[in-house]
Amino acid sequence: MNATMLRKLHQTPWIWSFVGAVAVWLATIAFTEGQGAGAIVTAALSFACFTVIVGTGQMLVITTGPGNVDLSIPATITLCGTVAMKVMNEQDSLLILGIVAALAAGAVVGALNYGLIRFLRIPPIIATLSMSFLVQSSAIAYNRGLRIKPPPALDAFTTGDTFGVPWIAILTVLFSVVVGIIVGRSYYGRAISAIGQNSRAAWLANIPVERFRFLTYVASAMLSAICGILLAGFSGGPALDMGSEYLLGSIAVVVIGGTSVAGGRASVPGIWGAALFMFLLVTMLNTFGASAGIRLVATGLIIIAVIAIAGGERESR
Amino acid sequence: MTALLLNRDLLRRALPAITLAVLLVAIFIKQPLAMSQFGLTLMLQYAVPIALATLAQMFVIAVNDLDLSIGSFVGLTTCIAGLYLPTEPLLGALLLLLCIAAYVAMGALIHLRNLPSIVVTLGMSFVWLGIAVLLLPTPGGKAPEWLHGLMNLKVPGVPFPIIAAIVIAAVVQIGLMHSSYGVVLRGTGGNPKAVARAGWSLLKTKMVMFGLAGSFGVLSGLSLIGLTSAADAHIADRYTLYSIAGVILGGGEFIGGRVSPVGAVLGAITLALAASFLIFLRISPDWQIGAQGAILIIVLALRAAITRGSAR
Repeated sequence: MNATMLRKLHQTPWIWSFVGAVAVWLATIAFTEGQGAGAIVTAALSFACFTVIVGTGQMLVITTGPGNVDLSIPATITLCGTVAMKVMNEQDSLLILGIVAALAAGAVVGALNYGLIRFLRIPPIIATLSMSFLVQSSAIAYNRGLRIKPPPALDAFTTGDTFGVPWIAILTVLFSVVVGIIVGRSYYGRAISAIGQNSRAAWLANIPVERFRFLTYVASAMLSAICGILLAGFSGGPALDMGSEYLLGSIAVVVIGGTSVAGGRASVPGIWGAALFMFLLVTMLNTFGASAGIRLVATGLIIIAVIAIAGGERESR
Repeated sequence: MTALLLNRDLLRRALPAITLAVLLVAIFIKQPLAMSQFGLTLMLQYAVPIALATLAQMFVIAVNDLDLSIGSFVGLTTCIAGLYLPTEPLLGALLLLLCIAAYVAMGALIHLRNLPSIVVTLGMSFVWLGIAVLLLPTPGGKAPEWLHGLMNLKVPGVPFPIIAAIVIAAVVQIGLMHSSYGVVLRGTGGNPKAVARAGWSLLKTKMVMFGLAGSFGVLSGLSLIGLTSAADAHIADRYTLYSIAGVILGGGEFIGGRVSPVGAVLGAITLALAASFLIFLRISPDWQIGAQGAILIIVLALRAAITRGSAR
């Protein structure tokens, strides 16, 4: 009985990220003697959404194999958040148009990322990095330092909650459930895992490797676009550095959440646990009165500790 | 003659130098005043710290890893140097050695636990930045006199950054490419199994390479504070991207221990000059980062075209 439970635990490494999140939350409210316990959870659920959305895109990219990673996420968030707010022009009537424009911009970035990787044979890290320079510049040139407010409906939606559960959190959980089903059960999900484990074998098995890679990079960029729209709505307008924390954030939640960095194994629930853990960790350090320096050091060391304990696996390359 | 021109392998190897030459010519056409010792020294002064950081990155890439923390590491070393070297040189030197030791430990951890270097170094970048912010919450400190003097050395006839770059490139080129242990070190990236079977310790080679990366990171920080004469935790944040781009521009590859020290230094100089060139072109500052991305893409596209031709 005990042995099967242990094996089950071993097969679900993502459970640890939730254990960590709860432990950190308990430590925080123990310190505040229960004050603000609910408010912390509400805030954590809101902020975790943004990380979960881009983390999901990063997870899909990382799952397609060693070396695949999307470093253009922060710049894409900024560009698409800006595009959305500019097109919406603070009017509810232009809400849909703004969303469509931002998603289109995201899709273009994703397609260009893939184009660089496929046709110029640039390693994904460098391709998405170079692309992020171009995207960041576009955002700077397009934004012109203005801070445009989100339309009232978007503002109300991104900051609204019911009994302390933010609406965006409900939506993001639904989204995660759908992605979980896609990754675990659909042809696409199985295929990207197969590609990640051995792309040549996948190709020989008649899996349309390149089409799925293309879809994956486009999906990641479009998820960054969604994150950009929601983040701009949530924080009262786009800012040029709004995406910067999601470079580490998106990769860290994927890794802490139990997705294999070598590719070939995705874990959707783990992203949630890791995103909550990361936010609650910073909250805990803030509550303890830690300075910015201590907070940075602790965040870094904990990420390293988590992956060092979870242990590396044999890479197939 | 035509045979030489058509030799694609040669062309591929010469690409970093050709890129730099094209850029220099373009700068001189656009801004003839730059073609003086003063002009070149001014444009190239930051090439030295960037080149050293790029070499640090190259050591890590040579063993199939990637260092996303080098920028904040260089920032930390400027803080340590700026705070302690002028007043308590012994403590300062000790702390810098400790930084290098941390890099060695990082290499050992990555190897022993078989961890993805991207994640470990990304985590470490927070640690370096955090320590730097704790040491020096606001920009400050002061470069020691000797360092300031060294970095602003005036040699008649030749801009100092060029001499420094040649010396640095030559030392690393000989050490890594033309020594027998250098072959083993690069072999760790090229064919780790073969290196292990030949009786070399992979753990040791990784630790040596990360140690070298840490040492060059420290040198980069020292040269940087010698130029700026004040330290800041965020002073070198861009160096992470510059160093990766420099290695790749210089003909290095991510996998297989294929790197080129001379190429990396040329790549770093190209990046440093590209910034000046964009200013001369009067490109709006908004597009400067983007233009650097574009240069990177163009060079890589050229390389892909050449390599594809040779494979045929």
